[in-house]
This record gives sequence, C-alpha cells and structure tokens, in this order.
Amino acid sequence: MSAATRPASPGAKALVAIAATLTILFVAAPLAYIFARAFSQGWQVYMSNILNPMTLHAIWLTSIVALVVVPLNVAFGIAAAWAVARHRFPGRGILVTMIEIPFSISPIIAGICYLLLYGRQGLLGPWLQANDIQVMFALPGIILVTMFVTAPFVAREVLPLMQAQGSEQEQAAVTLGASGWQVFRRVTLPNIKWALLYGTVLCTARAVGEFGGVSVVSGNIRGQTNTLPLHVELLFNDLNAVGAFAAASVLTLIALIALAVKSLLDARRA
Amino acid sequence: MKTPLLATALALTLAAPAAAQDRLLNVSYDIARELFEALNPAFAEHWQAETGRTVTIDQSHGGSSRQARAILEGLAADVVTFNQETDIDVLAEGGLLPAEWRDLLPNGASPYYSLPAFLVRQGNPKAIEDWDDLAREDVAPVFPNPKTSGNARYTYLAAYAYGLAQNGGDHEATQEFVRQIFASVPVFDTGGRAATQTFAERGIGDVLVTFEAETAQIAEEYAAQGFERVTPSMSLFAAFPVAVVSQNAERNGSTEVATAYLEWLYSADAQRILGNFDYRLTDETVAAEFADSLPQVELVTVDDVFGGWDAVRAEHLADGGILDQVFVNQ
Repeated sequence: MSAATRPASPGAKALVAIAATLTILFVAAPLAYIFARAFSQGWQVYMSNILNPMTLHAIWLTSIVALVVVPLNVAFGIAAAWAVARHRFPGRGILVTMIEIPFSISPIIAGICYLLLYGRQGLLGPWLQANDIQVMFALPGIILVTMFVTAPFVAREVLPLMQAQGSEQEQAAVTLGASGWQVFRRVTLPNIKWALLYGTVLCTARAVGEFGGVSVVSGNIRGQTNTLPLHVELLFNDLNAVGAFAAASVLTLIALIALAVKSLLDARRA
Repeated sequence: MKTPLLATALALTLAAPAAAQDRLLNVSYDIARELFEALNPAFAEHWQAETGRTVTIDQSHGGSSRQARAILEGLAADVVTFNQETDIDVLAEGGLLPAEWRDLLPNGASPYYSLPAFLVRQGNPKAIEDWDDLAREDVAPVFPNPKTSGNARYTYLAAYAYGLAQNGGDHEATQEFVRQIFASVPVFDTGGRAATQTFAERGIGDVLVTFEAETAQIAEEYAAQGFERVTPSMSLFAAFPVAVVSQNAERNGSTEVATAYLEWLYSADAQRILGNFDYRLTDETVAAEFADSLPQVELVTVDDVFGGWDAVRAEHLADGGILDQVFVNQ
C-alpha cells in the first residue's frame, strides 16, 4: 500500500496501537461476542435455532432478494456507467448525481417514499388495490427498496474505471469489424472485470444486510416477509437471545465471506 | 426505470399464492410470538373439527402503533390482536373496521387482559410490596419512558390511580407521589424491551414495572438471576383488544374464519393457554384454575378513574399535561 518502509517512529507506533485497540474494541470483540453467544448453549441448540423453519425461511427470503436484486443492479450499473462514460448528453451530470442519491439518503426514507407511492393511502395505492396487486408488505416491496438502497454500488465501482480507460480499445475493435455484443464481451467486460466483481460483492453484502428500508415495507409477517436482518431483531425482541445471535451469526458469516472475497479482489486489482 | 418493473413482475411470479385453503393474517403486538405459536395450532385443530377445513395463520409482530400504521398503508391483516385500544381506534378512523368494534365481542373485545406489576431482585432485598414502596428514597424503579412506551403509560396511570385512592382523590398529593416515583428512576428507555435489559442485563434498579404477563416471561428468561414477581394490592386493567379488520377480511374472503378465530379466544381451551402465559382471563371457571399464579388484585379501569382514553390524552399525555408536570427528570 504505502512506499514508506523506514522504521516507524514512536508517534507512528502509538497511532498503530490506538488503531488496533479501537478495532478490537469496536469491531473484533462484538463480532466474536456474536459467535460466543450463539454457541453459548452448545452446538445442538445452535443448529436447532438455525434449522427453525422461520429462520430457514428468513435465510431463503434474503437469498431470493439478493438473487433478484444483485443481477439487476449489475445490469443497471454497467448500463449506467457505460452511458455516462461513453456518451455526452444533456443531463449527464444530473444522472451521475442521481445514481449516487441512495448513498446519501437514509434507507428509512427510501422505505417511506415507496410506502407513500405504493401504499394503500399512497399515490398508486387505489389503483394497485383495485387490480389486486400487493406491492408493499410483500416480496415486490422488499425487492424494490433493496434495489434502491444498493443501486449505486456497481455503477460507482465501474464508472471511474471506464472513464479512466477511455474508449480507444472499443473503437479499435469496431474498426476491425466487431459487432456491439462482441465488443462488450471481448473488450469492455474484461477491462472492467475486477471493478465489476468488487461492486457486485459490495452490492450483495448490502442487499443481504439491508434493514432500515426493508423494515418499513416488510410488515414483518413471519415465514412470509421477514428477511434475515428483520428476523434477528424480532428474535431479540422476543427475549430469544440465543436464537437472535444464531441468526446474526449467519448474517455475520455472509458478511465475513463477502469481506474475504473483497480482500482477494483488492489484491488482484492492486 | 425499466428494472423495477421487471423486478416487480418477477417477484409477483415468485410470490404467487399457494393452494386454496383458509388463511389468516394476524397482526399483533411485540412480545406475543410465543403466545400465538401456542394458540394457533390449537385453533387450527378446533377449526378442522368444526368445519373440516384447514387453516394457516400467519403472524406479524411489532409495536402495535407501528403495526396499525402498516395496516393503514396496506398490510393485509385479517385480524388484529393488540395491546392498545387506541391503535384499533386508529384503524376504525381509517375506515378499515367499524367504530363500535368494542361491542362486537365480550369484555370490550378483550378476551384476556393484564395489569402493571413488579419484578424484583432475588429475595426481594428492598421489601417492595406495593406502589408506595416505589416512592421510597432508597428504591430505584425501572420502567420505560411513558412518552414513547404504551406499557409505561399504564405504569404511570396505575401509579396515579393508586395515589388517588390513597389520598382520597386529592390530585395535588397524588401528583407529588407520582413525582417521587419518577424522580428515582435511573434511566428512561424508549421501550419495554430496553427497560428489561437495563434491569436484567445491566443490573440497574431495584424493581422493574411492566405487564404482569411479561414479568413472568422475563423471570423465566433470566431464571439464573432468581427474579421474583410481586403483584401490587391495586392496579390498572390493561385491555388486550382484538378485532376483525372487516374491510380486509371481506376482500380476502376470510370473514368467517377471522370471526371464529377471535370468538375462540374466549373458549376454555384458549383461555387455559392464555393462563399459562400469565394473562388474566375472562372465563372465570378457567381463571379459578390459575388462582395461585395470578393472585387477587383490586383492578380499576381507565374509564372509571380517568373518564376514558380521550380524557387521559387531553389531561395527562398532552404537551404540558399532568405527565409533563410530574415527569420533571425526562
């Protein structure tokens, strides 16, 4: 990372010690505690908590949401980055800002906005109800909000790379007679591969962990619309601490795997 | 924006309803999951025997004000089982169920009820027996903030009702009494769950005040700490009201099973399950079976003491009301 290889000064050592202590106190210790609590009554209780039908359903639902949201956001991210990097059009700056909005907006606001739009008392509510379409408090609502929250991750990773690389290689390919799809598959995609994977991992981690926005539109129906993060909160509120920590350990595990993949990708990109 | 439409279409396919059978969505309060996990299979059995049909009951649990809000926005509840009457009134105002919902079922549509009671530390070292012990200088009570917690609102009103009874209806003396109780609360959490943690996990305070049914659950959850339940001599009737959300039930074609479900909650079978969860019962025969775990207590109601919830809101809970005047350390 850094080129500085001279021996660390006492000041630098102190800073490193402070950083390490804070990391242990605020990150490592709580994470370790999750697993300690999850296993506090033994492996069997842990497994029976994980295999509880409601917990299994929450894991399944969260997986479905991620499986729908991540590919759509990958497609959206590539398309948006390509449009912005390769073309000049009016409103281009605004589009870039729009893509980043979900980063700066609290997810709960996203949830409430969707509720005000699709809810029973919302703008589209009466029409949806008349046609018997349930968007809020059902899977579509959860997917919509998760998509909103995770929309920028792929685009924000791919866009700077596309801009930095320029379009010379693609133009060369076109002059050599490649079709649009060939250019994308043989030239564009290999060039953005690592950034794309990196964005996908971040997007997945966020989609799996999203809580605030989803909690507004979920309705918390157990075995129906209860995602894994919501399930953790519910178990916790039920005074079922071991169950909550067991479910939390699954979420944490997913996050740690995503983190490991991300570090690997970092190493490949460097 | 093409992608969200695509997602919606895909999601609708995935969410397609399963085979036709009776299906109910019961939207309920926070801490009732285990209760309904015990009740629902018993009702399903009863329904099968009665009609030959099977029924699947889905549960949603959350703070009941929040749940009411979600139903107003389209959460398709067939029945609600709440712990706040005002939250069903909100649904009535939204046109989802009739305004006279209280008259549709016995006991003000409250098949079971509870009351604010105490949970003290092992051996009851501070000898806490009644509300006046909470006002003692050496006793630190723990309950959530009545501004944000419905549970604590009952605690406040129960303490107030006790004060009125002790002081022969003198409001000034009563307010001084309630002020003393509030003054020694070390921390006001936003909700019941957080207050439970403050008391049980952080070890703060001498007595936790919450619904009686919950003191039993907490004592069980933290069995190692040996908490003891104490029922005060007098407390406040806390309704656990239920209602069919008639507009949704009609849409879903579930009116019959929804009504049967709520009526069944008054049956001896259901009451016995409710008694096991330390709720007070409307069926007196079954209630007699639980006389040991649910000791005699003088109960007063919000209507009797305060003239109804509207009056409570106007005189006590409004900004600058009596609650604000006694709740000086908020």
